[in-house]
Amino acid sequence: MSMPRLLFIALALGTGTATAAGPNLGQPISHAELARWDINVLPDGTGLPKGSGTSAQGAPIYAQKCAACHGANGHGGPNRPLVGAPPIKAMDSERTIANFWPYSTTLFDFIRRAMPFQQPRSLTDDEVYALTAYILALNKLIGEKDVMNAQTLPKVRMPNRDGFIPRFPDKMPGAEREL
Amino acid sequence: MKDLIPVAGNGLLDRRAFLRGGAALAAAMTGYSVRAEPLTDAPWSKEPGSLVEPYGGPSKYEKAALRTLSNPKGEPRTQHGRTPHHLLQGMTTPNGLHFVISHAGNPDIDPAQHRLAIHGLVKRPLLFTLDALARYPMVSRFTFVECGGNSAPLFSPEPVQANVQALHGLASCAEWTGVMLSTLLEETGIDPQAKWIVAEGGDAQHLSRSVPIGKALDDAMIVLYQNGERVMPGNGYPVRLLLPGWEGNMNVKWLRRLQLTEQPGMTYYESRTYAPILPGGKAYQFYFVQEVKSFITQPSVGVELKGPGFYEISGIAYSGNGRIARVMVSADGGQTWAQAALQEPVLAKSFTRFRIPWQWNGGPAVLQSRAWDEAGHSQPTRAQIIAHRGQGSKPTPVTAFVSQHYNGPTSWAIDATGGVRHVYA
Repeated sequence: MSMPRLLFIALALGTGTATAAGPNLGQPISHAELARWDINVLPDGTGLPKGSGTSAQGAPIYAQKCAACHGANGHGGPNRPLVGAPPIKAMDSERTIANFWPYSTTLFDFIRRAMPFQQPRSLTDDEVYALTAYILALNKLIGEKDVMNAQTLPKVRMPNRDGFIPRFPDKMPGAEREL
Repeated sequence: MKDLIPVAGNGLLDRRAFLRGGAALAAAMTGYSVRAEPLTDAPWSKEPGSLVEPYGGPSKYEKAALRTLSNPKGEPRTQHGRTPHHLLQGMTTPNGLHFVISHAGNPDIDPAQHRLAIHGLVKRPLLFTLDALARYPMVSRFTFVECGGNSAPLFSPEPVQANVQALHGLASCAEWTGVMLSTLLEETGIDPQAKWIVAEGGDAQHLSRSVPIGKALDDAMIVLYQNGERVMPGNGYPVRLLLPGWEGNMNVKWLRRLQLTEQPGMTYYESRTYAPILPGGKAYQFYFVQEVKSFITQPSVGVELKGPGFYEISGIAYSGNGRIARVMVSADGGQTWAQAALQEPVLAKSFTRFRIPWQWNGGPAVLQSRAWDEAGHSQPTRAQIIAHRGQGSKPTPVTAFVSQHYNGPTSWAIDATGGVRHVYA
């Protein structure tokens, strides 16, 4: 049955508004009810929660919850280094936070959604801000005493911010390689 | 018998030879050099067989058809399971052999408790149960899913000695069934400010990717079924996002949330991982489309030839831009080419099986395929890719993803013993 006909029937039966033509099996949900899942942080800082943290507050949390995989001071662990900015010379150069990541907000977003690996979503927002500050300070992208919060974090400008060539929506891959 | 005249160098035969030639063709090509032994009744034909199982598995003689695992002990890092293309045929990947990449393991999701939230720049934020989603009008389509890092070993400056499973096993194809995302967005309504949808999984990593709203309204699906049964745990059970033809990582598994936004999330995977570095140090952002690619699966490394004579060369071609239009095959390292037959059905953004008959004379040969899609894109040569994208600075192991989105050709060198090696040609 076509959508216009369904819509007509719905209206004729008085069972819905003009937007109610479909099955309508979803449940309305409020922002408050979504709050625990609403964890996206966008590059302009949209979605950053209340709270704050400093590098000094982050250091002991890092030692306890992160160092086993990422090394004592952000490098030397079994996983890839969090600290350092070796020059990018080829496609297989090490991509680090300081030499590659375009936005500081990604750090908060990813720690909060995915870390620690064995206990994701166990950190408080203050702890995530503190760990974000600790890693940014180790990389000398902020000062040792800088406070990270919803206002300050999006303003941290990452060194490789302009190191990208967007391929969407203007240029679809392959178009320039016609044989 | 003009069908037996090679159509390209080193013994490639006309792709229509079987359609016209029949039994006479086979007799002429093989020559029946060995006589058969007298037949006897085998033990399995002289007593009743085993019980029918409630859920069947493959024959015990097919134990080699397994995914290869990058992290079998589950260390705290990503796990990859690669599809054994060299042991499979046709266009669909069996569900147990579909490739899997799990960044924090496969979550054990109770479908009765799972929810999908759609919110953000919508008129009505809505929450869907699985039972509710299963009541919506559904569609089915065949489509491949390919990791953006599939084929990455071919960026190595020296050919990595590995089989087709290791080189290209992070791509698979299935029939997916579910609800068009556009159907659900009609019910939530879309704020005109919305340009992106940030999709998020319910796994331990809460993996998130940003999808342009145009793709969401074009052919994106909320998938519940894979080859007729519920989606496999490693492939996103009980519900995943499907973006036909686009980078595998964007097809978020264990989908729990879609937030409509004005800007992309610049999530970890889109801003860091799937941003291939170009010569000079800049990097592409938002590659999205898995471009036209093909590779030969039989013969290939580990599928050796058993003496000169007739073989069918067979492989897989696909494009995130639409249908495969043509596949050409070379047996002499790209000097001469013959057109392969495309097995029906040839579907947009799906694996297409190609085949071509070949008379191997027992001498050295280099097999290679190249594909074209209906959008006019051609599979580039390796030299063209390297000129544009660069290559790794040193030989790399199979498990190192030095870059993403390699879609050049793969060459298999056959030696006089029938052995197969991976080469650049």
